[in-house]
Amino acid sequence: MSALFHGPALWYATRATGLVTLLLLTASVLLGLLTSGRFGGVRWPRFLTVGLHRNLSLLVLVFLALHVGTTVIDTFVSIPLTAAFIPFASSYKPFWLGLGAVALDLLIALVVTSLIRNRLGLRAWRWVHWAAYVCWPVALAHGLGIGTDRKTLWVFALTIACAAAVAGTVTWRFVSTARAGAR
Amino acid sequence: MPGVSYRLRVNPIVCTGHGLCAELLPEVIELDPWGYPILRSSIVPASVVDHARRAVDACPTLALLMDEVTGPSGLMEEITDPPG
Amino acid sequence: MTSTALSAYRAPELRLPRLLAGVSYYHPTGLAEHERLYGPLPLPAVSPHRERAWREQPKRLIEIVERSGLTGRGGAGFPAGRKMLSVAARPGGAVVVANGAESEPASCKDRLLLTRAPHLVLDGITLAAYAVGADEAHLVVHGSEDELLDSLEDAAADRETLGVDPVPIQITGLPGRYVSSEQSSIVQYLNGGPAKPTFSPPRPHERGVRGRPTLVNNVETLAHLALIARYGDGWFRGIGPPAEPGSALVTVGGAVHRPGVYEIEMGTPISHVVTQAGGPTERLQAVLAGGYFGAWLPADLAWPVPMTHPDLRAVGGAMGAGMLIALPISSCALAETARVVSYLAEESAAQCGPCMFGLPALADTLIELAYHGGWGKTVKAIATLLPLIEQRGACRHPDGVTQLVRSALTTFAADARWHDQHGPCYGVSRAPLLPVPADEEREWGWT
Repeated sequence: MSALFHGPALWYATRATGLVTLLLLTASVLLGLLTSGRFGGVRWPRFLTVGLHRNLSLLVLVFLALHVGTTVIDTFVSIPLTAAFIPFASSYKPFWLGLGAVALDLLIALVVTSLIRNRLGLRAWRWVHWAAYVCWPVALAHGLGIGTDRKTLWVFALTIACAAAVAGTVTWRFVSTARAGAR
Repeated sequence: MPGVSYRLRVNPIVCTGHGLCAELLPEVIELDPWGYPILRSSIVPASVVDHARRAVDACPTLALLMDEVTGPSGLMEEITDPPG
Repeated sequence: MTSTALSAYRAPELRLPRLLAGVSYYHPTGLAEHERLYGPLPLPAVSPHRERAWREQPKRLIEIVERSGLTGRGGAGFPAGRKMLSVAARPGGAVVVANGAESEPASCKDRLLLTRAPHLVLDGITLAAYAVGADEAHLVVHGSEDELLDSLEDAAADRETLGVDPVPIQITGLPGRYVSSEQSSIVQYLNGGPAKPTFSPPRPHERGVRGRPTLVNNVETLAHLALIARYGDGWFRGIGPPAEPGSALVTVGGAVHRPGVYEIEMGTPISHVVTQAGGPTERLQAVLAGGYFGAWLPADLAWPVPMTHPDLRAVGGAMGAGMLIALPISSCALAETARVVSYLAEESAAQCGPCMFGLPALADTLIELAYHGGWGKTVKAIATLLPLIEQRGACRHPDGVTQLVRSALTTFAADARWHDQHGPCYGVSRAPLLPVPADEEREWGWT
């Protein structure tokens, strides 16, 4: 049992869950962009887009909890639980870890406001939801900067692919809304 | 809940024609040629009240509204409501 | 007959004119002249000893207005007393807004009142504020009308020097868009937003300017109030039918010899009003009653119809804000309607999909029908579009347009069929009659 906590298993788990979290978050962001950019013709299943966006975001929380949990339990490097929520409070790589905490805090705000959207009202919800444009790049930067898998090619390539997908879809979303507005 | 009925309304200013409501509640909502919802009836049939609630939650701009309707006349508008 | 008023002024003996008595062609009626004509503002003085009696007075004024049968002169014809009651009944300080933003191109009665008899309107505002317990009062006009704003500021300044109005009247300029004169647009503008209609509930009388119960009245309605407070409800009911008494200002235009604003007894038949305006210049085919949100009536049907809201509605027409446009047989009603609908489509606030997309589609189809012919399908296309537009906006703009178009298709059914089969008639080349502002004159902003 102690081998589990002292060996590299937890460290692998942290990296794996971190990567999965990034992939899920990227997928969620892409779906969110498609919804607000009004993607799809008459036959496009709109609720599927919105429903997946919602469910993927909740799944992100699950994997994020695992990612944080495995990091904290791992005794190889001492990272307290508070560092997951309070940015730059850890002694290990405070900046890059802190970015992760920022992304986590923003994500909690995004999810909580979305769950109580009906009571919150549209304007407040939308105002907070803009934070998604901050949350995702911060999470990406955390992944790149923390340095654990920087040398692994396929992880790096996957990260770049996520960045490209989001950059492309963001461009599409703003160009198509601008075009629609000019009409 | 027996004895309570629900009324659907669309806030046409906030609605931007995403069309999710028509997907989730085709029994009551259909889309016009420009993608905006037409309510076939304002009272929600009891069999689809849950679907209606889902549609209200799903609307990206919170434009679909569902109110409880009370009283025998069914409408809560004041009789002295001045127009315009 | 017994007449209750706030003052004991002797009522004028002439039946008409009332609002336009003493109006000069050349200059506005000044405060001194106004008081000489009508008597000073009958606002009860605040007496600390009789405070309870004074507090009862506003209710008395509302009762007088209710008994007088005054209806709104801004188009809806809603009973003015009932509206004041619904605002006064709500807790919290109320707000009075006088709507002088006449965006209907075919109407100039409000402009006439504001430029020639401003003190009647200002009196009305103060009396309304007193009646509903308002501590804030606004007079809203189109901001581009510099001359009008200047003359109103002068009139307000005269009153301020003498301390006539307990509640200061704030004069505000509004963007000159067609839908900006809607109640909810004005309230949103006064709240710092764009002059576009808002979704109701809540309505202004529930929650309006800064969340307070707001009374919005057309300036003519308030001018009538100024006289009712002086001479009483019985005097007001002295002319006009019992169902809708009093006098009203009507703008007559189109193919008549003397187009302009006339003060008539409510219930005057349309033929009399047209005669007052000098009679037709050519034989008429139809009359547009009620402005661009009104309805077309065939001339023969229209002649005997009394000008009241219920009578005009009963024949499929509308009173609106008292407008009549006479259409001669040499004009093409479909072409005129198509032009007006194009203008109204451009004036949509573009907030609601069905209006934003439906009105231009309707306008294009009407232009096809009027100017190019329909290949037998255009009338049906219009009929299919109409139910997709009606009642699907947040305000009455799309409904007003569909009402106009429906009345055109009914009144000019034969013409529509002919155009559909054969193309445009000779009338389309006649100079346009229904006024539509030129592009250079139009404003495009909302703030």
